[in-house]
Amino acid sequence: MARQEEDFDANLAGEDGQTEETKSGWFKRIKKGILTSTADKKETPEGLWNKCPECNYICTVTELKEHLFTCPKCNHHHRVGSHEYFELLFDEGQCAILFENIRAKDQLNFTDLKNYQKRLEETWKKTDLTDSIRIGAGKVKGYPLVIGCMDFEFIGGSLGSVMGERISRAIDYCLQHKTPLMIICKSGGARMMESAFSLMQLAKVSGKLSQLTDAKIPYISLLTDPAFGGISASFGMLGDLNIAEPGALIGFAGPRVIKETIKKDLPPGFQRSEFLLEHGFLDFIVDRKQMKDKLASVLQLFQH
Amino acid sequence: MLMPENKNRQFIDFEKPIKDLLDDIEKLKENKDKKEVDPSDYIKQLEERVIEKRRDITQNLTSWQKVQLSRHPDRPYTLKYIQKMCTNFVELHGDRNVKDDKAMVGGFAELDGETVMIIGQQKGINTKMRQLRNFGMANPEGYRKALRLMKLAEKFNKPVITLIDTPGAYPGLEAEERGQGEAIARNIYEMMRLKVPVICVIIGEGASGGALGVGVGDKIFMLENTWYTVISPESCSSILWRSWEMKEKAAEQLQLTSDKMYGFGLVDGIVPEPVGGAHWDYDEAAQNLKKVLVATLQQLKQQDPQQRIENRIEKFGKMGFWEEQPA
Ligand SMILES: [Zn+2]
Repeated sequence: MARQEEDFDANLAGEDGQTEETKSGWFKRIKKGILTSTADKKETPEGLWNKCPECNYICTVTELKEHLFTCPKCNHHHRVGSHEYFELLFDEGQCAILFENIRAKDQLNFTDLKNYQKRLEETWKKTDLTDSIRIGAGKVKGYPLVIGCMDFEFIGGSLGSVMGERISRAIDYCLQHKTPLMIICKSGGARMMESAFSLMQLAKVSGKLSQLTDAKIPYISLLTDPAFGGISASFGMLGDLNIAEPGALIGFAGPRVIKETIKKDLPPGFQRSEFLLEHGFLDFIVDRKQMKDKLASVLQLFQH
Repeated sequence: MLMPENKNRQFIDFEKPIKDLLDDIEKLKENKDKKEVDPSDYIKQLEERVIEKRRDITQNLTSWQKVQLSRHPDRPYTLKYIQKMCTNFVELHGDRNVKDDKAMVGGFAELDGETVMIIGQQKGINTKMRQLRNFGMANPEGYRKALRLMKLAEKFNKPVITLIDTPGAYPGLEAEERGQGEAIARNIYEMMRLKVPVICVIIGEGASGGALGVGVGDKIFMLENTWYTVISPESCSSILWRSWEMKEKAAEQLQLTSDKMYGFGLVDGIVPEPVGGAHWDYDEAAQNLKKVLVATLQQLKQQDPQQRIENRIEKFGKMGFWEEQPA
């Protein structure tokens, strides 16, 4: 139940919050090649051990990576970013990264505890990301696919103008190349610092999806932990297929808000993938380790 | 009409000077016969000052005060506008699946002699009704009822008008079980593709996805004293400032008022309200809105349906701000 209490307010506010996965230093070290093989296991320095938040199983980050960042013991799916998904799903991990030149700006001069522009600059520096979604065009077992993958690490994966515009252009790309689209959703909700402009992205992307429909190009929404607010109230729930990783927390209102509203504890498993499947909102749940195979079969079925 | 329709009118703190004047007028009228000098002229003067006061006060409101005005308990709600603008309203109920959501109302009506489908969130006018209407917070079945009615309108080629007034979609347990997110998403998507003209008007509170779930159309308007943005100032304060106390600041930063939203190009026009706010004169408020709706419908009907849909997608497609760095 402990994880049920987690909310994403801090992440949406641009802070690191209490979530284990946002302490992403270890992913970076892997990327830099400091950890490469299991042979390193014994020499793994302190801090490169990971404790599973579900079952407390302790293993090295290298072992975790071999399991595609799922717990070797309980199969808890750790939160990973676009780099990991692209490497996992695209053939040879190869894809063309598109529309990175579209960048956020602080048009409203929004200041909460910090100025939005300053927050953006800090986040750009802190992460190797340019915004909360990256668009990759490549092949999955030979089938062309455009993937938009969110990064929770970038202001809680929040939905702002840049995400809306990058997805819109990704859809134009799909229309032009007759390529299916998948969006991997991982977001706490809207980018509040963009006020009503962030809300309008829901309509903007939905309008573009309507063009995909008319062109009969498949769109898959893959929901991962977490997928909330504006995401679930728009393209997150509008897939020709809506699928999810196991155990992902998915919903419109966050658990904390619901709890405060109904003044009752939430039932175990509430708003998890399995709950959504049971209530009829998902086509299936896919384990990260089978994801590439399953995705390829689906793409094959659409194509043949 | 000068005097409030309702003797039990409620006043927001910044409306207090108006209340004082009204109380004075009331007292003078009561004692009219007992006095030697006829106070009629003085009453007339005071009544003029009430109007001035209403104007003065609403001219200098902060963003947060405008939010308060949009929530004024005496403000006209959806059914009031329908009653004042339309004839032959036939309310239609239910989503054909779960139940009839009382927070979302709708039905066919005649507007200026023409049949329209008119839909919107409905708040309650007293404590009991507020409960029944769930404070204007619809459940998924409310959004699905709205979509059913829009599809019905489309089938018979009748335009759709939505009146938006909600503090948000209901954040409840059953709402999640029945797919609140999916219901709103589906509406946004389907409204984008409706073959008939669609006009949306924020008549009170326009809170986030709960508002946008009936808020996609060819033309979007806001009444003068309303707000529309991605989150309520209170929730924004609690998330970004980690405190419920910063709602004024949050309202300011969110730039959620009608003038700002019009300036951003996110809405197509502002519908003027009676001096001091829509709650001072329901008839005038409704007539102002009716004028805009009738004129806009005439204009939208000229367009080819496919063109209208393409324009709609393009209209929302342009929304947002970003920098494009040289590749
Ligand atoms: Zn585990």
